[in-house]
Amino acid sequence: MSLEVTVVDYGMGNLFSVSRAVEQCGGTVILADKPEMIDQAARVILPGVGAFADGMSELHKRRLVEPLRKIAVDGRPLLGICLGMQMLLDTGKEFGEHAGLGLISGVVEPIPSTGTDGQPHKIPHIGWNALIRPPACTSWADTILANIPENSPVYFVHSFTPMPAREEHRLADCRYDGRRVSAVIRSGNVYGCQFHPEKSGTVGLRILMNFLALKKG
Amino acid sequence: MGNPQEFARRYYEAGADELIYIDIVASLYERNNLTDIVSKTATNVFIPITVGGGVRSVEDVKILLRAGADKVAINTAAVRNPNLVTEVAQRFGSQCMVLSIEAKQTAPNRWEAYTDNGREKTGVDVLAWVRRGVELGAGEILLTSVDREGTRKGFDIDLVRAVSTAVGVPVIACGGMGTLEHLVSVIREGHADAVAMADVLHYKRLTLTDIREARERAMKGDAP
Repeated sequence: MSLEVTVVDYGMGNLFSVSRAVEQCGGTVILADKPEMIDQAARVILPGVGAFADGMSELHKRRLVEPLRKIAVDGRPLLGICLGMQMLLDTGKEFGEHAGLGLISGVVEPIPSTGTDGQPHKIPHIGWNALIRPPACTSWADTILANIPENSPVYFVHSFTPMPAREEHRLADCRYDGRRVSAVIRSGNVYGCQFHPEKSGTVGLRILMNFLALKKG
Repeated sequence: MGNPQEFARRYYEAGADELIYIDIVASLYERNNLTDIVSKTATNVFIPITVGGGVRSVEDVKILLRAGADKVAINTAAVRNPNLVTEVAQRFGSQCMVLSIEAKQTAPNRWEAYTDNGREKTGVDVLAWVRRGVELGAGEILLTSVDREGTRKGFDIDLVRAVSTAVGVPVIACGGMGTLEHLVSVIREGHADAVAMADVLHYKRLTLTDIREARERAMKGDAP
């Protein structure tokens, strides 16, 4: 039997690529836009492209916020991608301050407009960048990054960046002109990827496969 | 030359970072028939796909994104109706609004924007237009040198540098790639954020492995 993955459909961007990538990994996609569909989900992907406030308001409109929080409480695997990752945090600072899902403590802030050398750099941060292991993270084993070599490149496109309050929630970072940018965050079975695994070639597909293989915590 | 989605799949497997599909005569014939090619490609290619040529409305963008494109590149329609840039950026995000610019040199350090794949003059100054385009919401610039495209004589480095330093969004340099040295110099001297190429790959004059190695050298600052 193939693994069912519930992908949240809340009007924030295109679900085609995520769905195709999950299928390529052997999963079966269920698109969910109703609370009871999330309640029944074995594992959930929260994708999304756009502004933080719009994303949260679309989730509220569909009464999906509480069901998503319950996924985390139950220890069912949850993966936020891009905006979906950023909404896992407490607060987003894009066009004002807005409450997020609060599953991983921290805030979402604009990427600093300069590199560590003080020179302005390009925003959005678009393109391929290498995954690096933060100093406090000892191993990627038994996570969605299991068997992913360090420095594997993945595809980013974003202007805002999550700042997890606790170092141990940072599973992977990348360097953008010397700045440390959060690439993967994790608390238990709640994961967030700032990059797009569905657009990151074979490395991205392997990360999705690892997510499919996670057991309820 | 053959079936585009087979080329796409081959380049994906060889390690391309991104694909760009441009229907170069779309504006001329007022058509947009890339949707089918895009959707076939997106089923087995898991890297970003940019599509351009004949994109004229928010509805056109919506159809292409649904088919599996990640970004759209707009030139002619944006010059005719600059508000389209803002409408697309607001609706789908700046990250998918790529402003495509075809630049032809008119004097030292001056370029004019062309439309319809380098066939029509606009009288618009490239640097003024690129700054305005970013203000309107473009998230990335696809910059093609009309003078160099198809020549294999190298990129217009002055053009790329002028545009890349004029705006704070990434610039993809296009037009003129013939050798690995061209790639290295457009990255180092032109400050290109990305480089697009077509016929060096289509005609197998260079491999993606060679190109990636040259890029690594360019970014590290070693001799080419």
